[in-house]
Amino acid sequence: MRIVCPFCGERELGEFTYLGDAKPVRPEAGASEDEVFDYVYLRDNVAGQTSEYWYHGGGCRAWLKVTRNTLTHEISSVEPAAGAGATKVGA
Amino acid sequence: MKYSIFSLARAALSGHKNWQRTWRDATPKDRYDVVIIGGGGHGLATAWFLASEYGIKNVAVLEKGWIGSGNAGRNTTIIRSNYGLPGNTGFYELSMKLWERMEQDLNYNAMVSQRGVINLYHSDAQRDAYARRGNTMRINGIDAELLDLAAVRKMIPFLNFDNARFPVQGGLLQRRGGTARHDAVVWGYAHAASALGVDIIQNCEVTGFVREANGKVTGVETSRGKIGAGKVGMAVAGSSSRVAAMAGLRLPIESHVLQAFVSEAIKPLIPGVMTFGAGHFYVSQSDKGGLVFGGDIDGYNSYAQRGNMPVMEDVCEGGMALMPMIGRVRLLRQWGGIMDMSMDGSPIIDKTPVDGLYLNAGWCYGGFKATPGSGFVFAHLLARDVPHEEAARFRLDRFRTGAMIDEKGQGAQPNLH
Ligand SMILES: Cc1cc2nc3c(=O)[nH]c(=O)nc-3n(C[C@H](O)[C@H](O)[C@H](O)COP(=O)(O)OP(=O)(O)OC[C@H]3O[C@@H](n4cnc5c(N)ncnc54)[C@H](O)[C@@H]3O)c2cc1C
Ligand SMILES: [Zn+2]
Repeated sequence: MRIVCPFCGERELGEFTYLGDAKPVRPEAGASEDEVFDYVYLRDNVAGQTSEYWYHGGGCRAWLKVTRNTLTHEISSVEPAAGAGATKVGA
Repeated sequence: MKYSIFSLARAALSGHKNWQRTWRDATPKDRYDVVIIGGGGHGLATAWFLASEYGIKNVAVLEKGWIGSGNAGRNTTIIRSNYGLPGNTGFYELSMKLWERMEQDLNYNAMVSQRGVINLYHSDAQRDAYARRGNTMRINGIDAELLDLAAVRKMIPFLNFDNARFPVQGGLLQRRGGTARHDAVVWGYAHAASALGVDIIQNCEVTGFVREANGKVTGVETSRGKIGAGKVGMAVAGSSSRVAAMAGLRLPIESHVLQAFVSEAIKPLIPGVMTFGAGHFYVSQSDKGGLVFGGDIDGYNSYAQRGNMPVMEDVCEGGMALMPMIGRVRLLRQWGGIMDMSMDGSPIIDKTPVDGLYLNAGWCYGGFKATPGSGFVFAHLLARDVPHEEAARFRLDRFRTGAMIDEKGQGAQPNLH
């Protein structure tokens, strides 16, 4: 697997670290126990197209949002994650 | 058929041409008391214990491929019971005791080989942690020996003891640990379960659940038609989330790939199973002479059943750090398997919130050693509707209640367990 970083270009997988599913959204303070439990522990664990966070630690050190197929490892899009490195896009 | 020295002699005299099939390939009936989804080691062991221990014989095991085509036939075959946390300690020892009598129980040669498992330590802190784990084991009646450097040098003289970064200081040894022939475990359970009347149905994929208006599961939809069931037990290893989703459940599980490696055959070298404590590398030598080894999971969700290069490199570096001379040995094969990684690294054996549906999941990459124990306690749950005492902590709601069994202390981060 190789990831095309929007800032650095195509790089080998070893430069990146995986965070996980990009779908769960951290609940607001005061959220119910159910919402927190859901966010921390439950996963869709999709077999197919999924979007996830990767960190380019061996390169530009930006957080990336990667759309990838978990059945084939095929990557269809890589974008800067919102709020993390995204500002560099226009720079 | 029953295996004995006479059956072996008889078969030898007729040129090994008359061996009988060891289990029946059944066609599905309309209804069973218990349907098990998944013909891996865990599903087949569950069926056998249901029949042999709990007297429930109207049982079917449904397997989408062929039996043993999942992780049961893909793992590195290590068995041990050197766990430190309440819940795990007792359960894995129960499993170890069942390994020790498996071949007699099943009348099948599973090549269970108690050649010993040694975890090497490389720092004072690691020694202390291993001493503590060893003490926990011994308090619970499980064998463990803490070896110092001299004892390890005697046992495994070819290690790279002068490694400046990760000097070997000693190891925690469990002599009763070792390896077993993984395919034979599957075939053995199939052989014994089939003889007691269990139907083993291959090429039969479960595609949905049959449910009553109140939600209760009363059967399964399969690629070979509808099959009714008093109870349905899931033992589908890396596919747990996908099968559970058919019943509307989301699980505290992610699917990840783990790779395994086998080298060309060399003369006997590795005495038992060895693990490198400073990185992640474990190795044993098969009876055919190949070095069988592995390390970390690839670290990202996958259902692709194949691995990637960075981990391959990392695993080989671990091996080289420990025994530089294996650098000249050629790699023969590599493959990957998909496993459930649970949020605390420990298994889940429980009723689900869906009436009639039972879950056996989350084995992460240590579930082969659990095969007999898992079958035993899952059969207990299915037969009696209460958890077996050695699996009572493997609850599905432990993440909600905070009663996690986090052997590695990594928190809710499946790719780190
Ligand atoms: C590379 C590798 C190395 C490992 N090494 C070790 C080790 O050294 N020691 C150890 O203790 N553990 C090890 N493990 C972990 C261990 O192999 C697993 O935890 C264990 O085998 C899982 O249980 P099982 O045998 O029943 O699973 P499986 O053999 O995977 O059985 C599950 C079965 O369910 C079937 N299935 C899935 N979905 C459906 C469906 N919808 N309908 C019908 N059938 C379905 C699958 O086809 C599969 O055959 C390793 C795993 C891997 C991948
Ligand atoms: Zn980059």
